[in-house]
Amino acid sequence: MELLTNILAAMVVAGTPLLLVALGELICERSGVLNLGQEGMMLMGAVAGFVVALTTGSLAVAVFAAVFAGIGMALLFAFMAVTLAANQYAAGLVLTIFGTGLSAFVGAGFVGESINGFERVAIPLLSDIPVIGRVLFHQDPLVYFSLVAFVGIWLFLHHSRGGLLLRAVGEDPEAANANGLKVLVVRYLAVAFGGGMAGLAGAYLSLAYTPMWTENMTAGRGWIALALVVFATWRPERVLIGAWLFGAASILHLVLQGLGWRASTELLAMLPYVVTILMLVLLSWNPARTRLNTPLSLGQPYRPGR
Amino acid sequence: MLLLERRPVDSSLMRWASPVLALVLTVITGFVLFLAMGKDPVEGLTFFFITPISDLIGLAELGLKMAPLLLCAAGLTVCYRAKLWNIGAEGHFLMGALGASAVAVQLVDASGVWVLPVVLVAGVLAGMLWAAIAAGLKTHLHCNEILTTIMLNYIALNLLLYAVHGPLKDPYGFGFPQSVMFGESALLPDLIPGTRLHLGLAFGLLAAVSVWVLFARSFIGFQLNVIGQDHRAAAFAGFGARRLTWFAFLVGGATAGLAGASEVTGPIGQLVPQVSPGYGYTAIIVVFLGRMHALGIIAASALLALTFIGGEMLQIAMNMPKAVTGLFQGLLLFYLLTCDAFIHYRIRLRAPVRKPTRVAAPAATQEA
Repeated sequence: MELLTNILAAMVVAGTPLLLVALGELICERSGVLNLGQEGMMLMGAVAGFVVALTTGSLAVAVFAAVFAGIGMALLFAFMAVTLAANQYAAGLVLTIFGTGLSAFVGAGFVGESINGFERVAIPLLSDIPVIGRVLFHQDPLVYFSLVAFVGIWLFLHHSRGGLLLRAVGEDPEAANANGLKVLVVRYLAVAFGGGMAGLAGAYLSLAYTPMWTENMTAGRGWIALALVVFATWRPERVLIGAWLFGAASILHLVLQGLGWRASTELLAMLPYVVTILMLVLLSWNPARTRLNTPLSLGQPYRPGR
Repeated sequence: MLLLERRPVDSSLMRWASPVLALVLTVITGFVLFLAMGKDPVEGLTFFFITPISDLIGLAELGLKMAPLLLCAAGLTVCYRAKLWNIGAEGHFLMGALGASAVAVQLVDASGVWVLPVVLVAGVLAGMLWAAIAAGLKTHLHCNEILTTIMLNYIALNLLLYAVHGPLKDPYGFGFPQSVMFGESALLPDLIPGTRLHLGLAFGLLAAVSVWVLFARSFIGFQLNVIGQDHRAAAFAGFGARRLTWFAFLVGGATAGLAGASEVTGPIGQLVPQVSPGYGYTAIIVVFLGRMHALGIIAASALLALTFIGGEMLQIAMNMPKAVTGLFQGLLLFYLLTCDAFIHYRIRLRAPVRKPTRVAAPAATQEA
């Protein structure tokens, strides 16, 4: 029981960065914009958060810096993909390559430094519940934020006027425009929100998960999150489950080693990537099912007034 | 007010001017960046662009870095022309290096002219195998090739790390994660004696020429172009999308695999964890910058090869972080895509439409 609780708690921690970035991308894709630049935005968030935490000593300021770094990157993407109506695949790749380069450059002088990251804070009463208390309510503040963000996004998407407008823009921008919605503004906001969440996810890695900075420390999590959104058929509740399942896959090598299994670290480290491919296979073998759930205008630039 | 207006016909001038413009903007940004960091910009740019290639040794080093970029880019061009977004050149490259090394360490004591071709073919096959996984996932299971190829890149990297820490590790290597040095007959011959430039560059140039022949002179190249520009038209014409997808991926895997094999049998001579500084990803920039054209990718691969040695030069001469290479590459690609918007669009100056007052003529209400 003790072991299971520990594993579940570690799973939630490992799943949190994925949950944050995937929720942001979910909102972005629901507006019809596919941003493949998650990895770049996360890396910028991670480096900005770490550098600010190290220089100011304040984790709160660091989190804000990370969010703004993510938003800044997202606005670059929005300029290319929304304003200039560039190919969204290409613009997203550009963002990832640019973010990888820029974050490595900014962080070059900070490799090897260390900070005191986020500590766990037990929530009174709730943390006394058996198992669940330890798993969900004895974590660091960013884990709590990810849970709040999940509830907020779920309510926003399915139970608010704003969510309806967002989905309208993603399904049919022409019709939304005809009804007086400012399609480009909605898309800018959605992309910026996605950037902020990706920046926060990056900050989770460099301020809580492993409080340090190394080049490419996101290790493909931004890409896994993109697969996760497809896997979740663009629904927040499935994103939550998927992110935690992936968290489980990425700590499995620690669990197996804890149980005394002798297996190569490198081979086990492949597991999250293999799982992602298997998941894509499960999802994609029936293209009709994917098409049914995809926001209709996903990936297509919108030019008003044609 | 500035308005973005669709051109009636795409600008063929902008198509080729855009990369040049992007380079100029990148250099200007670099200039500002050096100023901001309190370094002499002219000195910095000279160290980055000119010093590395001011002698024969430097030019040879440029060719050395060009070889893998050009090979990877040639394969990716075939994919991207058909709008197959293969991001997996890095993985094909790593598998090529791994496959070639796995054979080469068995043949350390072998001699004869057959050894090198066998080693290279092993690399090519390993790269093709890796690309075939992505191709099969795409054609038979409808998986998005961007995500699968990225995941395969990470898996390939972990496989390579496993190999150098495990089965291929040199038992007498003082614990370093690397293979034994390959035998003399498994190494690529030098092109210019006294430098490190090897036959790999010739492979790269040959691949670029083959790409040109493929698209200018062959039916399959024509089919790839059509399928990239209009999927429906290709289907009506009866071009087999599956067959073409397999062809493009296998070519991409073969060239990148050869690049990986040439890297371990060329300048390195053994398998090491850092066999690629990201050649497979940089090759994506080469393809876009080179306009998916044989001559274009040759020029672009030279420029991006320069960013690798320029970055090293700045690190040595001006104590700048080596990551300046990645920053430069990212900026270049960002400006390129921004400038590319003006292939399809142009900027129009227009006064903001004002509400007509009672005395004003109603001409201002006319919509563009």
